Amino acid sequence: MAVVSTETVPVKTEPDVVAVRRRVREVSAQMGFSLVDQTKVVTAASELARNTIIHGGGGRLCLETLNGPRRGLRLTFEDNGPGIPDIELALRDGFTTGSGLGLGLGGSKRLVNEFEIFSRPGEGTKVVVTRWK
Amino acid sequence: MSTVPIDRKNLALFSILAESQEEIVSDWIREMTGATRRTDLMKESELRMQCTEVLRAMNHALERAGADFRSDAWEPVRGMLSEISRSRAQQGFSPAETAMFVFSVKKPLFAHIRRAYKNDPEGFADETWITTELLDAMGLYTTEAYQKSREEVIKRQQEELLELSTPVVKLWEGILALPVIGTLDSARTQVVMESLLQAIVQTNSKVAIIDITGVPTVDTVVAQHLLKTVTAARLMGADCIISGVRPQIAQTIVHLGINLLDITTKASLAAAFRLALDRTGFTFVQDGRKA
Amino acid sequence: MEKIPILKMGDFLLVTIQVDMHDRLAMALQDDLTQMINETEARGVLIDISSLEIVDSFIGRMLGKIAAMSRILDAQTVVVGMQPAVAITIVELGLSLPGVRTALNVDAGMEILRSAVDGAKRTNGSRLN
Repeated sequence: MAVVSTETVPVKTEPDVVAVRRRVREVSAQMGFSLVDQTKVVTAASELARNTIIHGGGGRLCLETLNGPRRGLRLTFEDNGPGIPDIELALRDGFTTGSGLGLGLGGSKRLVNEFEIFSRPGEGTKVVVTRWK
Repeated sequence: MSTVPIDRKNLALFSILAESQEEIVSDWIREMTGATRRTDLMKESELRMQCTEVLRAMNHALERAGADFRSDAWEPVRGMLSEISRSRAQQGFSPAETAMFVFSVKKPLFAHIRRAYKNDPEGFADETWITTELLDAMGLYTTEAYQKSREEVIKRQQEELLELSTPVVKLWEGILALPVIGTLDSARTQVVMESLLQAIVQTNSKVAIIDITGVPTVDTVVAQHLLKTVTAARLMGADCIISGVRPQIAQTIVHLGINLLDITTKASLAAAFRLALDRTGFTFVQDGRKA
Repeated sequence: MEKIPILKMGDFLLVTIQVDMHDRLAMALQDDLTQMINETEARGVLIDISSLEIVDSFIGRMLGKIAAMSRILDAQTVVVGMQPAVAITIVELGLSLPGVRTALNVDAGMEILRSAVDGAKRTNGSRLN
């Protein structure tokens, strides 16, 4: 499986969430994802981007298009924020430290094919999600 | 012998291809006898054109990069072989027949090479080896391309089958029916959901009847899929009725503790249709009296 | 910052969301709507999301809040025109929109609002859910 292209998008302020949505939409459409799959991955990106800004203090998104037996889109959200003390708890639906419905993390997981999260208190957070064609 | 690109000046193959193209094509076609020839599938004139184009492309590539088949210079040849494999796959040639398209050119080419190296047995041996490697690579490439195109066909057929197996029917103004036949797995549910929701938008339907008479078993997975479909339809403003719920299925649902929330279920499609008409504001009248 | 326009149509307010909303715009809409319902004593709010290609948890929350607020101010809310891909994604996301009534399009939505308001009038203004 090879990485065909990489690009980085800053995810620092609230308007960046819209920019992320737009870019992920463009790339997934170019890659020929179905409309439903596009919507799923863009929605997941929106959730994760917001998390990065609100909980992570801002960071970046790395978009990679993958080639192999199947084509895929991989999104890596990284921040140097406070990190997540209890990942399992955070993944549970309804859990929230903010004023939200707490669906950001757990919900996004259901919208993608692969989901990995690396986070430790004080060490920032990295979420890697992949959607296969 | 390694695949180090050899200067075209040293390869007799280059001049052979440049000068004796027509002769080689004729010999080549003659080599393709019987099973590989398939006169039933391809006309001679078409075949002749294909062979000529391939030789010409090979010549160009040899000029730029010698016999290094994997190099960029050989991309046009690879492209041509891909196209030939694809069309042969579609026409009904077997993989072996398709590969033999390439391998049949060996004999004519070697005959020419032998003549070119009449007094140079070592040179002949070297060039024979290089040419063999090259043609083997080309033959294998056609086989790979053939495989890939078959896989694409199968994938496309699977998708079409999936779509065909769940038709959405308009029963009445604003009422749709979706008869599901067979098992409901994740992939199928996706397709079912998408077709139903699309149909709801296109026909402006307020009620969708999902008939599961043809679904053999309903377990928690299937129930979840049905639930998702109903929820999605609701979000769009359409209501769903599930019909065709057999007694055994009703038992299973209760037994498994599946919560169908407030989804209306009916035993028969007819009953569901009746209810749907009612919900959309229609009444039955039989012989002047309300039925 | 641009604002999403709110139209008054008789007893009802009509909002058409056509842009890719960032959070602040969504919150501004919430505030504006609350204010307008109050000022105009509107009995219903129709939100047209047929151009919205993404509804994430934030936007979903916003719709739920608008519905809740409106109810307190004695108005019904109907969200119309959700795209199939969006509906499928919302279900997968696990988002439920409590108290948000939905309809296929503006016509169907207006029908719901009208009958809800008529019903309320008939039963002397008792609140309908």
